[in-house]
Amino acid sequence: MDHKTAAVKMRDITKSFGSVLANDRVWLNIYRGEILALLGENGSGKTTLMNMLAGIYFPDAGQIFIDGREVVIRSPKDAFDHGIGMIHQHFKLVDVLTAAENIVLGLKEPGRLNLKAVAERVNRLCKAYGFEVDPWQKVYTMSVSQKQTVEIIKVLYRGADILILDEPTAVLTPQETDKLFTVLRNMRDDGKAIVIITHKLNEVEELSDRVAILRNGQFVGDMPTKMTNTGEMTNMLVGHPVTLSIDRPEPVNPKPRIEVKNLTVRSIDGIIKLDNVSFTARSGEILGIAGISGSGQKELLESIAGLQPTETGSICYIHDDGHHEEILGKDPLSIAEMGVTLSFVPEDRLGMGLVGSMGISDNMMLRSYRRGHGFFTDRKAPAELARKVVNTLAVSTPNLDIPVRKLSGGNVQKVLVGREISSTPTVLLTAYAVRGLDINSSYEIYALLTAQKMRGAAVIYVGEDLDVLLQLSDRILVLCGGKVSGIIDGPGAKKRDVGLMMTHLGGGNTDE
Amino acid sequence: MSKQKAPLIYISKRKDLPWYGAWGIRGGAIILALVVCAVVTTLLTGENPLGVYAKMLEGAFGTPRKIWVLLQNTAILLCVSLALTPAFRMRFWNIGGEGQILVGGLAAAACMILLGDKLPNALLICVMTVASIAAGALWGFIPAVCKAKWNTNETLFTLMMNYVAIQLVAFFVIVWEVPKGAGKIGIINQSTESGWLPQLFGQKYLLNIIIVAILTVLVYIYLNYTKHGYEISVVGESERTARYVGIKVDRVIIRTMILSGALCGVAGLLLVGGTDHTITTTVADGRGFTAVMVAWLAKFNPPAMIFASFLLAFLDRGAGEISTAFGLNHSFSDILTGLILFFIIGSEFFISYRISFRKHASSALPAAQPPLINPSEKNGKEE
Amino acid sequence: MFDFVSFIPRAVVQGVPLLYGSTGETITEKSGNLNLGIPGVMYVGGISGVIGAFLYEQSTMGELNSFLAVAIPLAASLLGSLMMGLLYCLLTVTLRSNQNVTGLAMTTFGVGFGNFFGGSLIKLTGAEVPSIALSATSRVFSRALPFAEGWGWVGKVFFSYGFLAYLAVALALAASFVLQRTRVGLYLRAVGESPSTADSVGINVSGYKYFATCIGSMIAGLGGLYYVMDYACGVWSNDAFGDRGWLAIALVIFTLWRPNVGIFASILFGGLYILYLFIPTGTFLAFKELYKMLPYVVTIIVLVITSMRNRREDQSPAALGISYFREER
Repeated sequence: MDHKTAAVKMRDITKSFGSVLANDRVWLNIYRGEILALLGENGSGKTTLMNMLAGIYFPDAGQIFIDGREVVIRSPKDAFDHGIGMIHQHFKLVDVLTAAENIVLGLKEPGRLNLKAVAERVNRLCKAYGFEVDPWQKVYTMSVSQKQTVEIIKVLYRGADILILDEPTAVLTPQETDKLFTVLRNMRDDGKAIVIITHKLNEVEELSDRVAILRNGQFVGDMPTKMTNTGEMTNMLVGHPVTLSIDRPEPVNPKPRIEVKNLTVRSIDGIIKLDNVSFTARSGEILGIAGISGSGQKELLESIAGLQPTETGSICYIHDDGHHEEILGKDPLSIAEMGVTLSFVPEDRLGMGLVGSMGISDNMMLRSYRRGHGFFTDRKAPAELARKVVNTLAVSTPNLDIPVRKLSGGNVQKVLVGREISSTPTVLLTAYAVRGLDINSSYEIYALLTAQKMRGAAVIYVGEDLDVLLQLSDRILVLCGGKVSGIIDGPGAKKRDVGLMMTHLGGGNTDE
Repeated sequence: MSKQKAPLIYISKRKDLPWYGAWGIRGGAIILALVVCAVVTTLLTGENPLGVYAKMLEGAFGTPRKIWVLLQNTAILLCVSLALTPAFRMRFWNIGGEGQILVGGLAAAACMILLGDKLPNALLICVMTVASIAAGALWGFIPAVCKAKWNTNETLFTLMMNYVAIQLVAFFVIVWEVPKGAGKIGIINQSTESGWLPQLFGQKYLLNIIIVAILTVLVYIYLNYTKHGYEISVVGESERTARYVGIKVDRVIIRTMILSGALCGVAGLLLVGGTDHTITTTVADGRGFTAVMVAWLAKFNPPAMIFASFLLAFLDRGAGEISTAFGLNHSFSDILTGLILFFIIGSEFFISYRISFRKHASSALPAAQPPLINPSEKNGKEE
Repeated sequence: MFDFVSFIPRAVVQGVPLLYGSTGETITEKSGNLNLGIPGVMYVGGISGVIGAFLYEQSTMGELNSFLAVAIPLAASLLGSLMMGLLYCLLTVTLRSNQNVTGLAMTTFGVGFGNFFGGSLIKLTGAEVPSIALSATSRVFSRALPFAEGWGWVGKVFFSYGFLAYLAVALALAASFVLQRTRVGLYLRAVGESPSTADSVGINVSGYKYFATCIGSMIAGLGGLYYVMDYACGVWSNDAFGDRGWLAIALVIFTLWRPNVGIFASILFGGLYILYLFIPTGTFLAFKELYKMLPYVVTIIVLVITSMRNRREDQSPAALGISYFREER
């Protein structure tokens, strides 16, 4: 620990949103020439804390010192003036503008706007770090990783020397992650202060020099990464010792349930999202879908659920008696009318699976309100179901009528999953079922999915955490750019192999 | 630079206010607005402020006739607000109420003029009702189809439809003008009174008021207790959720806008068949727009709309009386209405947000509490 | 033969108020504010100019100084519409109210304000004139370029207008240039497309919204001033300005948020607005009312076609109509 100076000191930072205390008297030091991993579960307040440094939020109380002097960061502009740049998890880019226009946004450069000069500087930065970005490309035509690159260049262009990255690897492949980490290490060696917000322990170990842990909005402790280990960090993260493992019982009597053949889907812009995809999902089995985010997972699930216009191919539901029935081209209502109980836990819980402003009872009604022939809705049965879900899944909520938006992420997901499995589905589709959930809730969800599999449902699980996917799934389908890169058995599958298959069709003999 | 000031005023989302808090704020805003209105009026007329209020009350409640007119205005405004509400609950900004009222009224007038001496009165009124509802529904249907098929901006579309309707009425006014060259139609069927909605108990406005009262109950039930109403709420909150559970969003949009337009058509029928017995381009009198504000003030809740529309109708009548009494232009009432609306609109902010003032960041700290855990400073990192 | 030489100048003078209104509204909408109060703003801009001119004419007893005769109404008009812009911003930006409702309330207020002072100005000031007819001021406003007379039809079509007409074109071109080519314009577009992005890079979102909406209102208010001082020859009559404010909003959509296109589009709209005067309707006068429908029908068609084509570049600013609160979660 030679002469490092505290670039940022945060003292007694407190912030609440309504009745939720997001940060409670947090202390934090950030040093130059060091990569700090800010570790915490979802909802522990790490992003909120960093947003206050970036000027997005303003603390209710507390002090911030930069290089030893107290500062007040009222806006992102103040943050930039202090050399703080943040790369948000949800990219802050204007879709209809070009990369160069986005990069130059907000800068107070002297003289007239000269986009050519901007583009040249961007190209120089790209060369220096090995990025690939066309400064004249409109952002709405870019892929997720291209957008992230633009975000990073945007911060570098401003000459920021305190960089905060909010879960930067969530959208990247293992290979892209390695590249990003190399860049971050170079920047650290340049003397920049780097903070990465994460909840992945392996990233902390691989990348960071020091780790600081938040739990429930409170600062739990920090230490040099070398001096700790996964077990200790997990305990600090969760607050009590935990042993985490996922049970994978043998599939029961697997029979083909959903047969997808040569499925091709184009987006509205004409981009191929799924290219000639074929596979079979079996009852009593969890089929995991792996892939870089945006490789067609969403389109695949939505095609099966009857929500996605498709170009060619077929999706058959296979009844217990072996009878095949086409469900492609049918909407969710007609699929249900066929007597198929297909449940879908979508990625966007409050924007798709649930109605955020309605209570738990009314959300239960989403699937059942059509029952009966009358003109009026029946509110008794949904209320009954709501009570049942709240009791059996231990949803913590003051009452059944509070808008579900106000519940925590884990409870929202329990409400959604609870409703979807209440119909005893024969097919259960889930997309990122544990995103944003704390560790305990995540394991509860895994257990629920496994229970559905044991009951005989065909479960299709789209996940982003490869470790979990490998432990949970009976078989894994790997998507790469909308194509099936391979289907492998879950037990015995290697993370590195799956990672390669995510980036190269078949994962085979490449330059890697 | 180290001693920068914290924001002087700092705004954050409020925890839920109890209902009486919210209504207290709204009530305060209305009182404040009335004070400002009185000051403005006093400045322009020299009358003392209390006299201004007395005049307003007199204008609204002074005679039984004035009370009836007030109730009638309330009823029609309420009717239009009710009509817009299903659309608004669906987040479909129907500001085409004006045009939908006009075509509804035009259809009624057309029946009265063309069929007045051909059909028995009861049948004629039935035909008028059907025609008005159909015309209003058509005016709601057109923008709804485009919204459903191509996501065409409905605010602007319905706005334009208003002027198409106005010109359509202007066209027919000249076609049917009596006498030729007068540029207006005059009272239709003055002698036969055919197609005039019946008067209950000798009261010209009673029927309208009763019809609107029934509609209020029906719309309330429709929105809150039926499957259609539930679908409207889901589509309004999130179209993706609606699709996800198999609601045919296109169908809901079109169905709801047909309903919305149809109810505006009823308002047109009540105006033309019930009270005015003529048609002009100004028969809707801006109610299509005022109703947007009523519906919004009432948070799209029909019972609250009764009060909101009563308030606006009262303001209009009261301010009208002031302008007459002091020899001012009648538009004075628009100014007062506008002022009061600004206060109410502004007051919503104080219901959803909390404002805190502070002088310096550190002074707002709670009494110094020990930190829960100190970050590692043991390594001598501290400067 | 259709008489273009007399048709075009009339279309132009009809188009100028619309051009002011649509340029102002385009700038406003680019900041994400859908100001449906523009019709009210234009009324206020018009009547404020009238009040300024009226007071000035009354004070000088007919001997007008050309410069003051222009400067006073102009300043009064700009001030009046600036106040309306500030009011709109106070409610929608600072107090984050619903933009549609605020806009409609402003239109109610503004139209009422215009008609009230138009009708009561004489009574309120105790002046001894029968009606507001600011013909002296109007003559200064509508003074054509000196060589317009001598140049035959060229002069008539291009140079026969008052200075406000040329100012409208200049402002539209300037607005296009600023929006497309300058830093301020780029940042403004970012605010209207994605205020949270703009905020995160240090652009003052509220500042830009205030700035654009107030400038937009002032420009739109000039449309009202032009109408009464030049087009209507200084005579204010209640409701005469009519629905031009809404037509200006229609024009914004018609031009797909491009002020330079607005120059031609406004003349086209102006032409459609008065086409009925030039098309023989025979003895059936009612048809002229249907011709007046044309601008609205054309706008609807454009609205539908652009929504069918669904090109990203042709859409309204993405955050149009939505109030921005930084700490929204």
